Amino acid sequence: MTGYLAAVAALARKDLRVELRGRDTLPAMLLFVLATLVVFHFALPADVGDDPAYGLLWVALVFTSLLGLARAWVPEREAGALDGLVLAPTDRSAIWLGKTIASLAFLAAAEVVALPAFVLFFAPLDANALAGVVLASVGICAVGSLVSAMAAASRGREVLLPLIFLPLAIPIVVGGVGSSISEEPAKFLAFLGLYDAVFAILSWAAFEYVVTE
Amino acid sequence: MSMRKPSLTLLASLATALAAVAVALIFFVAPEDADQGLSQKIFYVHVPIALTAYACFGLAAWKAFRLLTTRGERYDLESYTGVHQGTIFGALTLVTGAIWAKASWGVWWTWSSNQLVLFLVLFLFYCAYFMLRYSIEPGPRRERISAVYALFGVALVPVSFLAIRLASDFIHPTVFTRDGPQMTGEMFTAFCVSWAAITLLAYVMYRVELAGKRTDANLRELREVLAP
Amino acid sequence: MADAPLVVARGVERRYGARRVLHGLSFEVHRGGALVVTGPNGSGKTTLLRLLVGLAVPSRGTLEVGLDRGRLGFVGHEPLVYRELTALENLDLFGRLYGVPERRERIGMLLERFGLWDARAERVSAFSRGMTQRLALCRALLHEPELLVLDEPHSALDAQGAALLDQELDELAGTSTIVVATHEPDRVDALATSWLALGAA
Repeated sequence: MTGYLAAVAALARKDLRVELRGRDTLPAMLLFVLATLVVFHFALPADVGDDPAYGLLWVALVFTSLLGLARAWVPEREAGALDGLVLAPTDRSAIWLGKTIASLAFLAAAEVVALPAFVLFFAPLDANALAGVVLASVGICAVGSLVSAMAAASRGREVLLPLIFLPLAIPIVVGGVGSSISEEPAKFLAFLGLYDAVFAILSWAAFEYVVTE
Repeated sequence: MSMRKPSLTLLASLATALAAVAVALIFFVAPEDADQGLSQKIFYVHVPIALTAYACFGLAAWKAFRLLTTRGERYDLESYTGVHQGTIFGALTLVTGAIWAKASWGVWWTWSSNQLVLFLVLFLFYCAYFMLRYSIEPGPRRERISAVYALFGVALVPVSFLAIRLASDFIHPTVFTRDGPQMTGEMFTAFCVSWAAITLLAYVMYRVELAGKRTDANLRELREVLAP
Repeated sequence: MADAPLVVARGVERRYGARRVLHGLSFEVHRGGALVVTGPNGSGKTTLLRLLVGLAVPSRGTLEVGLDRGRLGFVGHEPLVYRELTALENLDLFGRLYGVPERRERIGMLLERFGLWDARAERVSAFSRGMTQRLALCRALLHEPELLVLDEPHSALDAQGAALLDQELDELAGTSTIVVATHEPDRVDALATSWLALGAA
C-alpha cells in the first residue's frame, strides 16, 4: 500500500515538475478562463440577474479544464514515457491517480484566479457554490484523466477529447449550477459526491485497460 | 452459425407477425386516450423503442465487460453492434418522442420530458463512441478502449437521469405533465405485444448486423492471408 | 527445473486489424541465453519485442515469459523518458517505481558507467540523441533486470555509447537473459546463443 501511494506521489510530483518547467499549460488555462469570463459579460444581456452568470461560470470551468486535459498526457507521449510507466511493476491505476492529482492541482490554480474574477465581474459565491466547485473539480479531473488517455491513443485527438468528455461533464454542470443557485444546495452537493464516487472508482479500475493491450 | 440459436428467418417472421398483431391491437382494440386522442398511440411505439435502446446499451456494456475480463475475441464485435443498434433505437426514440411532443403539446422539443433529455445526452455520448472507435487503429487497443467507453455509458445512464431530475427543479419549470399511463388491460396488452415485437425486431437486426460484420472481418483476414 | 526455458513462444501471431505482422512464431529462450533477432524492416522485430515485455499481446498463440514485470528491462525505439526532467530525475522516478534498493548509489553508478554523470542535472531535452539513448539504457538496467530486451540499441548510439553498450552486454551475458533485435549482427555475434531470423512472409 505504501508502495502504491509512494508511486502515486512520485508520479504527481513528476507532473508538477514538468509543468513548472515550461509546458505553459497553466498560464494558458489562467488566461483562457479570464478571457472566457470577459466574453460572457458581453454575451449576457444587461437585465438577466445573477443566475445565468452562475451557469456560465460552469461553462467556463468545464472548457478551461478541457484545455488542461488536452495536454495532460503530452509529456508521456513525447518520448514514449507512457510505455515506461506501463512497464513498471506498479499498478497502472497509480498512473491514473497521479495524473488526476496533478490535473486537480492545475485546475485548482486556475480556479484561484477564476473565482475571484467571477465574484468581481458578476456575482458573489457562497460556501455551497465553493463546495460545488471543489467536488466538481474532482469529478472533472478523475474522468478527464482517463478520457484524455483514450483520446491520446487516437489519431484525431484534439477534436476527439471534447466530444467524449462533454456528455460525461453534463451531470457535473448540473451539480455545480445547482449548488450555486438552488434553494436546496445540499441535494446537488450530495449528487456531485455520488458522481465523483461512481466515476472515480470506474476510472480507477478501467485505466489499466486503456493503456494496455 | 450455431445450430442452437433459432434461425433468423424464423425470428424475423415472428417479429413481423407480432408487429402486425401489435398494430391491430393499438389501432383497433386499445381505447383512445381521453386527453391526447390519436396521438397518444405513439406511446405504444415510443416507449418500447426507448426500452429497447436501453437494452441494447446494456447488452453492449455486458459484452464489453466480458471482453475485458475474458479477452474473448468475439465480444468486441458484439459490443460494437450493441452500441450501434442502441444508437439507432436511441435516434428513433428522439424522433418518436418529438412526434409525440408535437402531436400532444404543439412543440417539437421540450426540456421537461426527462426521458427525452436523457436520450439526447446518451445519443451524444454514443455518437462519440463511433468517433472514438474509428480514430484508433484496429487491434486490441481499440477493442479495450471501446469496451471501457461502453461501460462508462451504462454508468452514465442512472447518473444522468438523476442529474436531469435535479436540474428540472431550477432550470425549466415543469409546464407539461404527462400522466404515467394508467393502463387498462387492453392498453397493457397492446403495449406488451408492441414491446415484444420491437425487442424481437431489434434482436434480429442485431444478429443480422453482427453476422455481416463477422463476414467482413473474415473476408479481410482471408484476403490478407491470400495476398502475395 | 534448471533447464526450463524462461521464454516460450508457440505459434505467436500478431495482427493489426487485417494486417498480419507476425506469423506463427515458435521459439524458446533459456536463462542466461542471448537471442538475436534479425530481419528486414517491417518484418515484425519491434512487434515481437513489444510482445516479449508485455506492451502488446499476441493475436494468436501463446508467449510465456516466466518473470514479473519488475524483472524485465526494455530499450525500445523511443527512450521512454521525460524530456523536461533531468537525467537524475528521470532515473529517480523509475527507480522509485521499480523499488530499486539503494537507489541513489545505483543511479550514480549507472550514470558514471555510461558517461552521463556530468550531464546528470541537465534536462533530457538538451541531450544529443546518443546521450538520450544512453539514458534509456540506464533506465532499462536500473533494476537489474533478469531479462533484457533491446530493440536495435546501437542505432541511436554514438561510437562511445556503442562501445559502452557492448561492454555492458558482455558483462551481462550468461547471468541475465538477453533478447536483442539488431541490424548489425556482427556486433552481437560473440554473445549470441541462438538466432531468430524474421522474414517478410
